[in-house]
Amino acid sequence: MSDPSTNISHLELGDRNETFLDSNELVINMGPQHPATHGVLRVILKLDGEKVLGTECVIGYLHRGVEKIAENRTYAMFNPYVDRMDYVAAVSNGLGYCEAVEKLLNVQAPPRANYIRVILTELNRLASHMLWLGTHALDIGAITPLFYTFRDREEILKIFEKYCGARLTTHAFRIGGCLYETYDGFEKDVTNFLDFVTPKIDEYEELLTTNRIWVERTKNVGKISGKECIALGVTGPVLRASGVRWDVRKAQPYAAYSDFDFEIPIGQNGDTYDRYLVRMAEMRQSLHIIRQAVGKIPEGPIMAKVPKVIKPPVGEIYHSIEAPKGELGYFIVSDGSTQPYRLRVRPPSFVNLQALDMMVRGQLVADVVAVIGTLDIVLGEVDR
Amino acid sequence: MVATLKRQFGSGISEASTYLGQNYMVVDRSLIPEILQVLRDQEQFDYCVDITAVHYLTREKPFDVIWILYSFARNERIRVKTLISDGEALPSSVPIWPTTNWLEREVYDMFGIAFEGHPDLKRILLPEGWKGHPLRKDYGIIQQDNEWVQANLGIESGQ
Repeated sequence: MSDPSTNISHLELGDRNETFLDSNELVINMGPQHPATHGVLRVILKLDGEKVLGTECVIGYLHRGVEKIAENRTYAMFNPYVDRMDYVAAVSNGLGYCEAVEKLLNVQAPPRANYIRVILTELNRLASHMLWLGTHALDIGAITPLFYTFRDREEILKIFEKYCGARLTTHAFRIGGCLYETYDGFEKDVTNFLDFVTPKIDEYEELLTTNRIWVERTKNVGKISGKECIALGVTGPVLRASGVRWDVRKAQPYAAYSDFDFEIPIGQNGDTYDRYLVRMAEMRQSLHIIRQAVGKIPEGPIMAKVPKVIKPPVGEIYHSIEAPKGELGYFIVSDGSTQPYRLRVRPPSFVNLQALDMMVRGQLVADVVAVIGTLDIVLGEVDR
Repeated sequence: MVATLKRQFGSGISEASTYLGQNYMVVDRSLIPEILQVLRDQEQFDYCVDITAVHYLTREKPFDVIWILYSFARNERIRVKTLISDGEALPSSVPIWPTTNWLEREVYDMFGIAFEGHPDLKRILLPEGWKGHPLRKDYGIIQQDNEWVQANLGIESGQ
């Protein structure tokens, strides 16, 4: 069937039911340099006309060997490297790593440090979701949200810059707590930002939630059920949009999350539209958490008593946090030296991307772009 | 749970303990994948978080392979660890948890541990045709497959 010559002979024989075009499966290549793949993702698509019969992801273009680097750096030296994985949520990466090493050392970050950590991590979740919304909407054809979200994300980056001097790869936390005390007016800046951004989120929703083009492009696109999500190891907003109320912040609280009251928004249909609604609701919950934390930051030290040279006792630890993309885990094996014997990162983007094939089978080519956007992957984290 | 499993598998579970509040057990290679299936079906560990490996160069059985599992119903994690020798293959757990497809490919790519019965076992992060498995301890940090680099990138060395 796939041999064109047979088809031509069909045409010559006058078989009108089977023409040259519709009898062929078409294999096309998307990426790695494609604006809608959010980085260097290559997807090989097998198509029947406009219908997707199957996909294969080719990844690794951004592989830097982060896990190998970790084995050759001390615990403190490796800390900035984790920011380069999911570079739009660097603060979350740092939090996960610092907490994992703290667990291995059996030290607790002081309450003040934990509050600062929660505020910055939630701000980062907002920044990550804003970037996702802007680019995802742009992929689907709505250009305006990108300008809105980037304008507002800038305010978060300004707070990061004032706090630690960096905007993207922040290296905000250290093993044992925080290095920097909050600057004068930090809490006022955060409160002002909350007041500024709350109506903006309504504004994004006004642009999209009932927009007919948006709804048509996202409803019933890339459906995945809660059961399938669990089988495929999918976590984060994608899992929650399929109706599973699970969030590491609630299930196994870390930092100071058990002090705050917040909800886990879930969806019902597990389609692209529900994932959009879940992430929008999550942004509001993040604002709610920050509002509770700011103004109540306890007094006290920001750094626990950690030795200058970090040498955790021999042992293994797995610690995970709820990153904006899903469960981000660190598995560290210590041999008692200053360097990790083995450090494994469990990247949410990598595992979530595996669901792409299942989600786009039987759908249209244009939906592949929508589904890649809705999975919210960052290739720096997929490839590490 | 450990008691039930021990009754079922006997001495195959050589160690079942807790370190820093995290449960783990070391099981015999022959119990894979049986024990994983039991953990999923009977003990509700329905979510395979991660599979990874650790290389100990001088040990008789140089590789630790570790499954990190989570149960939604119990809100619990457990790590299952088994020791294998170099060149030894493990049965794939893709029929138990489809998510392990890419995770096993990564272990194969980085350590050269094969998984029997895997639907499509090939490299995932490194290019097809690359020689060596970078996360083995005898693979240097600046080492690379120069032949591949010269043939495919047209440069002397990537360093």
